[in-house]
Amino acid sequence: MNRRRMRGLPLGIALVVVSVVFLYPFVWLVSASFKPRGEVFDNALIPKTFTLENYLTVWQEAPMALWLLNTVLVTVLAATAVTLSSALVAWGFSYYRFRGRGVLFAFVLGSMMLPGAVTMIPTFLIWNSLGAVGTLVPLWAGNLFGSAFYIFLLRQFFLGVPRDYFDAARIDGAGHVGMFWRIALPLCKPALVVTFLFEAQAAWTDLMRGLIYLRDTSTFTIPRGLKSLVDAYGFGGEWHWEIIVTASVITTVPMIILFFLGQKQFVSGISTSGLKG
Amino acid sequence: MASDTAVRPARSRRSSRETAPVRPSLRRARRRNLLAALAFLSPWIVGFAVFTLWPLIYSGYLSLTDYDVINDPSFVGLDNYAQLFADPKVALALGNTLFYAVLQIPAYVIVSLVLAVLLDRAGRASGFFRTVFFLPKMTPPVAVGVLFLLLFNGQNGLVNGALGLVGIDGPAWTTDPAWVKPGLILMSLWTVGSSVIILLAALRSVPEDVLEAARLDGANGLQVTWRVTVPLISPALFFIVIINTINALQTFDEVYTAFFGGGNTTYSNDAALFYVIYLFQQAFEFLHMGYASALAWLLFVIIMAITAVQFVVSRKVVYYEGGDR
Repeated sequence: MNRRRMRGLPLGIALVVVSVVFLYPFVWLVSASFKPRGEVFDNALIPKTFTLENYLTVWQEAPMALWLLNTVLVTVLAATAVTLSSALVAWGFSYYRFRGRGVLFAFVLGSMMLPGAVTMIPTFLIWNSLGAVGTLVPLWAGNLFGSAFYIFLLRQFFLGVPRDYFDAARIDGAGHVGMFWRIALPLCKPALVVTFLFEAQAAWTDLMRGLIYLRDTSTFTIPRGLKSLVDAYGFGGEWHWEIIVTASVITTVPMIILFFLGQKQFVSGISTSGLKG
Repeated sequence: MASDTAVRPARSRRSSRETAPVRPSLRRARRRNLLAALAFLSPWIVGFAVFTLWPLIYSGYLSLTDYDVINDPSFVGLDNYAQLFADPKVALALGNTLFYAVLQIPAYVIVSLVLAVLLDRAGRASGFFRTVFFLPKMTPPVAVGVLFLLLFNGQNGLVNGALGLVGIDGPAWTTDPAWVKPGLILMSLWTVGSSVIILLAALRSVPEDVLEAARLDGANGLQVTWRVTVPLISPALFFIVIINTINALQTFDEVYTAFFGGGNTTYSNDAALFYVIYLFQQAFEFLHMGYASALAWLLFVIIMAITAVQFVVSRKVVYYEGGDR
């Protein structure tokens, strides 16, 4: 059964069936957000009664605009910080040769395996002693110190640039910062974009930090806000699903847009992470 | 040129000092090189010390104390660990998590592999279907938790509706303790996207002539896949198993959204009490930081032990090109 012969009806049917299973939840969710309360569970693909009421209600009941703003802020800061800092460190590991470099890099790789749950409490205590609990700072400032996975990813790209480029730049009078900023970074733009997009997704969707660090409703990010709506209108209320559904759509749509903006980068970034690992 | 000086062994450095007059400038260049390297590495060195190394040590210390954030930690020796082994909730959470992981990891890997094989054979349409398979991975886990409650609702959820079409009376996935974890496992399969992409890339790097040779030797389709393709992509499979094990054992977001949190008293949560959820509750809801640190360390040891076993096993079953283990 080779790659060519397998093509055909059974394969086509399998692909379509799986696609329906994968896409249906999205369609269902979006469709339900336009239905009045009583029809949310009617499983009709096209709402029998089309209404924008839910979006209005969500906007009035919850500080959605503020939550979106907070999340955009955290996402941009987190992604920018981690991209720049990881690139600096990756460059340090790829261009310079010094004793102990291998050992140090092994620590980078090792820290990737460390379960986040182990460092969670002391990390909270650090932010607490800095008086940052309750603010958005702990949601992104940790990214200023680079992140093991991205350091690994970016180092791969820097190693792929011929050393002659940098030696030539050096002869032309470029300093250490110049080589990094004007030669290495521009050449590795695709990898930087991958890093930025990956971290943007991670920051946008993160719930746990929001639960740990944010106290006041006005500081919530959108996932934290959505969780508070689930608590208020679901568990603690009378299951106003239409509100929860609509807020879920608002939380998810920016990620779908992000994916379509950077589809190529997402796919290539994920592919390399697996092959190199 | 700069690098040449940097790799030179220490001995020649010392002798060079005495001999040639040009050496001091080279030495200075090398020192400057090392300083530059350290400057570039400094964010990570600081971050590693403050946000990894210190937390690791400090949580070890905290696990030997009683600590509620407000008052100073008071040393209690191994009390927290003794309590841990006596706490029925720990056994429950651990059991739930292992049950979930043991079923979810193989299911996740098999589904990813099947989908990757389908995509590999889809020809020109593979780009489109790859997008479709990956898209759910972009959904924020909170929304996945919401979707779980909706789609798996026992009375009017979509899943039971679909099962009803083929005459199966679906269970109450979101309330029946026996069905909560199977439902969560099924839901987690919705987000296999990135594993599919990793495996697809691995499948595409399998040389066609190797497959052709196997076919000429009379292997049928299934044999080629199982005996040639799978061994050749086993490093990628192993990578997915490792990553997914660490993730499955720390499952939190989706389940916490769907079953825990403010005002949630109506549900039977016990079946969904996963280890990190219990850890989170102890730490941030009850402020039992000492006890929670002991929980964290137990999890750390468990994850390290499982990963170590996986690495040992992998030496026997994972094929690395060019290596003969």
